Amino acid sequence: MIAQTLLSGLTAGAIYALVALGFAIIYNASHVINFAQGEFVMIGGMATAGFVEAGLPLPLAAAAAILVAAAVGLALEKLAIEPARDAPVVTLIIITIGASILLRGLATLVWDKKIHHVPAFSGETPIVMGGAAGGATMLPQVLWVLGASALAVLALTWFFRGTLAGKAILAVAHNRLAARLAGISVRRVLAVSFALSAALGALAGLLIAPIAFTAWDAGVMLGLKGFAAAILGGLGSSAGAVVGGLALGVIEALGAAYLSSAYKDVFAFVIIIAALVFLPDGLFGRRSTERV
Amino acid sequence: MSLRTLFAGCTAAAALAFPALAPAQSQPIRVGAFLAVTGPAAFLGDPEQKTLELYIEKLNAAGGVLGRKFELVSYDSAGDAEKARGYVKRLIEQDRVDLIVGGSTTGETMAAVPLVEAAGVPFISLAGAVVIIEPVKKWVFKTPHTDRMACEKVFVDMRARGASKAALISGSGGFDRSMRAECLKVAPKHGVEIVADESYGAADTDMTAQLTKIKNTPGVQAVLNAGFGQGPAIVTKNYRQLGIPAPLYQSHGVASKQYVKLSGDAAEGVRLPAAALLVADTLPDSDAQKKVVADYKRGFESRFKQEVSTFGGHAYDGLMLATEAVRRAGSTQKAAVRDALESIRGYVGTGGVVNMSAQDHMGLDLSAFRMLEVRKGDWQMVR
Repeated sequence: MIAQTLLSGLTAGAIYALVALGFAIIYNASHVINFAQGEFVMIGGMATAGFVEAGLPLPLAAAAAILVAAAVGLALEKLAIEPARDAPVVTLIIITIGASILLRGLATLVWDKKIHHVPAFSGETPIVMGGAAGGATMLPQVLWVLGASALAVLALTWFFRGTLAGKAILAVAHNRLAARLAGISVRRVLAVSFALSAALGALAGLLIAPIAFTAWDAGVMLGLKGFAAAILGGLGSSAGAVVGGLALGVIEALGAAYLSSAYKDVFAFVIIIAALVFLPDGLFGRRSTERV
Repeated sequence: MSLRTLFAGCTAAAALAFPALAPAQSQPIRVGAFLAVTGPAAFLGDPEQKTLELYIEKLNAAGGVLGRKFELVSYDSAGDAEKARGYVKRLIEQDRVDLIVGGSTTGETMAAVPLVEAAGVPFISLAGAVVIIEPVKKWVFKTPHTDRMACEKVFVDMRARGASKAALISGSGGFDRSMRAECLKVAPKHGVEIVADESYGAADTDMTAQLTKIKNTPGVQAVLNAGFGQGPAIVTKNYRQLGIPAPLYQSHGVASKQYVKLSGDAAEGVRLPAAALLVADTLPDSDAQKKVVADYKRGFESRFKQEVSTFGGHAYDGLMLATEAVRRAGSTQKAAVRDALESIRGYVGTGGVVNMSAQDHMGLDLSAFRMLEVRKGDWQMVR
């Protein structure tokens, strides 16, 4: 039972980690907490389902869905965040909440209000591991979720450490003014970070869709869970987002299995509150000291 | 007060006091409706609205009843109990309807109950819960099956297959919780012991943790999942993934092709109770409901090019019961229509054979539900 529970927790956790990474990227570039992050996840799942239903082969549909989401992320930055760039951060956060409601509404128009299904990437025959008593079963899709998430994290690390564009984003995160003085276009960095985190969200959405289905409102809960993971790991920290996501997934699964399944969602939100009270910078966040 | 308003007041009062003086024969029969045509419960209200429009048109084309035509006054209450209250008030006071067919959800229905009871207007609800007709309310009737009946139908089938220890897994929504409570209540009556009782959140993406607990509970011979939406489809997939050998039952909440489509191969062998309408094509000709469900299915599908749902069927039954009551009463006098509704026996509708009585304002028994099994991606009736 413990193996099955951990497996289910890690699967959910990998998705939370991708969503949390999306939060981290935008937070670093702009100090905005993007509450439309969950909608990127939804767009990833719904667009893939839509393209597959339209007859596209799955890999092509997935790639197209990620591009669509990135375009939406870019549009969100250009049309809503950039025009208000001189407004306080709180205003920008409220703009993202508005954007999330708008995107949900648009999704019901572009697609519909039904629940959609994305075919599993490599079949639905469960993989059985270990003996009958202590063993566990998993769907091949779980391997896709874990593998693709790990790859995405590695690719991001390389992007931030090894490329000029990634370093530019990091520079803006550390000190916006200094970065601008060094000739980095803050505007472009913002645009890239929105597109990037939208693409990440979409990846999470299309990976989980064969297991959990997708619908126009599927992003709300995933967005909130990803936010909880980001808070737990420390806002703005990539390593924190990954650890926070996996930890949250496992805690939820253990709670559901050994305490009460009725309160599964409660754990995520208890964690937000506990983290904010006892560990405001999260597990990996930079310790911020208030200068008096 | 001027003389004219005094006069107007007197005529109004007279009209109120002597409704028989109004030219009854030429006036249309006004059917009021409040349905969740949009909003989260649109999958209920949308086919209901379409059904009412279509069949009022058909009834009128056939000359109406008592030589009078029908007129539909319909509002979209969007699944919102507060809106429903406002519209019912308007239906009664402003539109002065003769009777009301509507209330897609239990919440909307219960908001309307105090108003129709006070005003004395016959009201046929299209919502599921037992509370609508229990205790019996003088003016309130309903057409759909209750969740308690679904539980009983499932338990009877479990016993027939030799299972007496069952596990329950349900979602956190209103429908799920209500059905879970009813199942727990009636299980002992059918000799079924509930040995595990798990639940999941409305937006949960994985139920293997809960199902593993059920799998490890000793003695589980059958599992019942009470819920609707994507939850039951995920439960079905996880259930097969874990390879749980006990038979799986779903509720009437997922009695649609969408559930089979979402669950794919995992749905093979799943049983659920549902109305005859779902298997209209495969019903034997000897079945009492064959004609009515086949006709309704054809009528609805040829007009709207979408698959019939049991929900539209509830509206069909509501309208037909109302028509029958008006015919029996010989007028639209409200008390007479109410009494006629209560006296209807042996009416064959899409939901089952209706036998109303003073104690039972729904009039359906367990035979109204058919036990279906998913085989090769389609429904098969279990005999």
